[in-house]
Amino acid sequence: MSKKTYIQAITDALRLELGSDEKTLVFGEDVGKNGGVFRATDGLQAEFGEDRVFDTPLAESGIGGLSIGLALEGFRPVPEIQFLGFIFETMDSIAGQMSRERFRTAGTRHMPITIRSPYGGGTHTPEMHADSLEGYLAQIPGLRVVTPSNPYDAKGLLISSIRNNDPVFFLENLKLYRSMKADIPDEAYTVPLDQANVVREGTDISLIAYSAQVNQSLKVAEKLEKEGISVEVIDLRTISPLDETTILKSVQKTGRAVAIQEAQRQAGIAANVAALIAEKGALYLSAPVGRVYAPDTVYPFGLAEDDWLPAEDEIEAKTREILNY
Amino acid sequence: MDNEKPIVDFSAIRDAMGKNFEPVQVMDGQAKVIKPEIIAKYSNEQLVDFFKLMLWERTLHQRSNALTRQGRLGFYAPTEGQEASEMGSNAAMKKTDVLMPAYRDIPQLIQHGLPVYKAFLWSRGHVLGNEYPEDFHAMPPQIIIGAQYVQAAGVALGIKKNGTEDKVAYTYTGDGGTSQGDFYEGMNFAGAFQAPAVFIVQNNGYAISVPRRKQTAARTLAQKGIAAGIPSIQVDGMDFLAVYEVTQAAREYAAAGNGPVLIETLTYRFGPHTNAGDDPKRYRTKDEEQPWFDNDPLIRYRKYLTDQGAWSEDQENEYIEQVKEDIKAAVKQADEAPKQKMTEFLTNVFEEQPQNIQQQITEFQAKESK
Repeated sequence: MSKKTYIQAITDALRLELGSDEKTLVFGEDVGKNGGVFRATDGLQAEFGEDRVFDTPLAESGIGGLSIGLALEGFRPVPEIQFLGFIFETMDSIAGQMSRERFRTAGTRHMPITIRSPYGGGTHTPEMHADSLEGYLAQIPGLRVVTPSNPYDAKGLLISSIRNNDPVFFLENLKLYRSMKADIPDEAYTVPLDQANVVREGTDISLIAYSAQVNQSLKVAEKLEKEGISVEVIDLRTISPLDETTILKSVQKTGRAVAIQEAQRQAGIAANVAALIAEKGALYLSAPVGRVYAPDTVYPFGLAEDDWLPAEDEIEAKTREILNY
Repeated sequence: MDNEKPIVDFSAIRDAMGKNFEPVQVMDGQAKVIKPEIIAKYSNEQLVDFFKLMLWERTLHQRSNALTRQGRLGFYAPTEGQEASEMGSNAAMKKTDVLMPAYRDIPQLIQHGLPVYKAFLWSRGHVLGNEYPEDFHAMPPQIIIGAQYVQAAGVALGIKKNGTEDKVAYTYTGDGGTSQGDFYEGMNFAGAFQAPAVFIVQNNGYAISVPRRKQTAARTLAQKGIAAGIPSIQVDGMDFLAVYEVTQAAREYAAAGNGPVLIETLTYRFGPHTNAGDDPKRYRTKDEEQPWFDNDPLIRYRKYLTDQGAWSEDQENEYIEQVKEDIKAAVKQADEAPKQKMTEFLTNVFEEQPQNIQQQITEFQAKESK
C-alpha cells in the first residue's frame, strides 16, 4: 500500500498495464517527454520508450483515427484527449467509428481502446476545458463511459478499462487530480466496469452521483447523519450503460432518490437515472425523484464558476426537500 | 515610394504553385505508347490480364446498375470511368496489404478478396456483408469521407510498430474528400510517424455536384500532400499501366520504410454520384462529358491490345458472359442470407454484455421465438 493522489493512481495504472502487455500504447498531445499537461503520464516514456509512449501531432481526430488503425493491427491503444472539451474534434472517431466496429463487422473486429480525458469544473480554466460533456458520450451504443470518484477506483477502473476489449471513455476529474489522496495497493487490481458502488449505506434516501459529486454527497450524508437521517450514497462509476440493479435496489429500500450531476440539466446522466426509476421503480417511491445539476447555460466564465457549479448546500437542500415531500 | 516593389510577390508565388505536377502517362488517349520501356516489361498475356480487370469492373458496374434498378441491390455508387484508376492501383497491392476503402471502392474490395455476394449483401444492408475473416486485410467501406485516411495512418503505424516487412496500408478518397480535415490529418500523422501508407485520391471531377474547380484554390490535389511533407504525384487515371506503375512504385517506397505517398489519379465519374436519385444533368453538360467518355480507360487499352493482335471481340464477349455468370451466382448466394436478428445485433454491441443489453436480448429472444 502507498498513499497516492488520484492522478498518481492513474499513472500507476498506466505503468502497470504498459508493463504487463507490450501491445498497450499510450499516446496523445504532450504525453511523451512532457508527461502530459497534468503529468498523468510522467516518466512513462523514459521507462517504456518512445515506441510505446509517444507524442502525436496536435489533432484530435487524427488521434482517434490512429487509435482505430492501431487497434486493427492488434494494439491496445490508450490515447489521451488533453481536455474533454476537445472531443468534438474527434467525435466521428468515437461515435461514428470505434464504438460501431464490433457491431458493423458482425463481431469480427474489436476496438480495445481506452480514451482518457480530464474534465470537470472548479479550477478556473479557459473556455472548453471544464465542461461536463458525458451526456453526449452516454448516448453512444458500444461505448462505455467510466468516471472514478477516488484514487482507489481511478486505478482499478482504469486497469479494467484498458483490459476490456471494447472502447471505454475514461473521464478523469480535474479537481480531484491532486485534492484527494488514499492508500491504495501497489500491485495491479481491477474494479469492475458496469457496476455502481454503494459507498455509504443508508435507509432514508438514496443520493445517486458520480465523480466529484460523490464526495460532496458523502459530506451531506455525514452532516444529515447527525440529525438522525440515514443517507445512502451510490457512486455510479460506469455512467453509461447504467448499473440499473444497484440503483433500483437502493430506491426500493429507501423510497426516495436524488440524482446528482455537475453537468447542465438537459439530457444528462441524472435524467437517465430519473427515467430508469420512473420506468422500473416508480412504485417504490414516496416522493418524486430529485435532481441536482448546473443551470442550462454554456459553461460559465472562470470567475463565475463557483456560483454555477452544483454545490454541497444545493445537494443538502434538495435532499431535505425530497425527504420532507 | 509608389514604384517600389513589395518585399514579397504573392501573385508570382500563387501562379507557380502546383505547376511542377505533370501527370504520369504510359499510353495516351489514342493508345499511343508514351513510355515503351514500361510496356516492354509485360508479356501480352499479362497485359490481357490487366485488361480483364477493367472489363470485369465495367461488367460488375453494368450488372450492379441493372440490379439496383430492379430493386435487387440497395446502395450503389457507380464506378464507370474509374476502372483504370481503381483496378490499376489495386492490382499493384498485395493481399497482405490493408485496404481502407470508401463506398466507391467496392471493386477493389472484391479484387482484394471480398466475395461478390458479400459486396451485394453490404449494398442491400445486411450485416453478413461486413463479416470479414480475420485474414482478410480490409475494413468495410467507409461512409464518413476522410475517416478512412486517419484510420489508414493508424494501420500504417501499427504495421511499422509490429515490424511487419513488405506491408502497407492503402486507402482511397475522391476529390471531394480532399477538403476534409481528416484527409490532411491522416497524411500528416502518417508523415510524422513515417508510416507505410499509400494515400490515393481518385479525382473524378465532382464532389457529388460540386466541380473540382470550386472545391479548392489549389491547382492540383496532389500538392496537398506537399504540406504534409510527403511525396505526391499526379497520374493519368484513364491509363491503367500508368496508375499501376505509379502505385507499385509508391508501394515499394512506403514498404521500404520511407514513409507515406500521395497519388492523385485524374479520372471521371461517367455516371451519377449514387443510384439514389442523383442526376448529373443538373450540374454538368454534354459538352463537358463527351471528351471524358471518349477518354474511356477501356477504349485506349482495348485498341492497344487489338492492334497487337492480343485481344478480339469474341474473347471480350466470352469473358463478359463469364463475369455475368459469376455475378448471377453471387446474387443467388446473397438471396440465401438469413434474416437478420435483433438478438444477434445486441450480442455484437459489446463483448461482455452490460445490463441494458442483457435485458434487451431477453426481450427480443421472447419475440424471436414466437
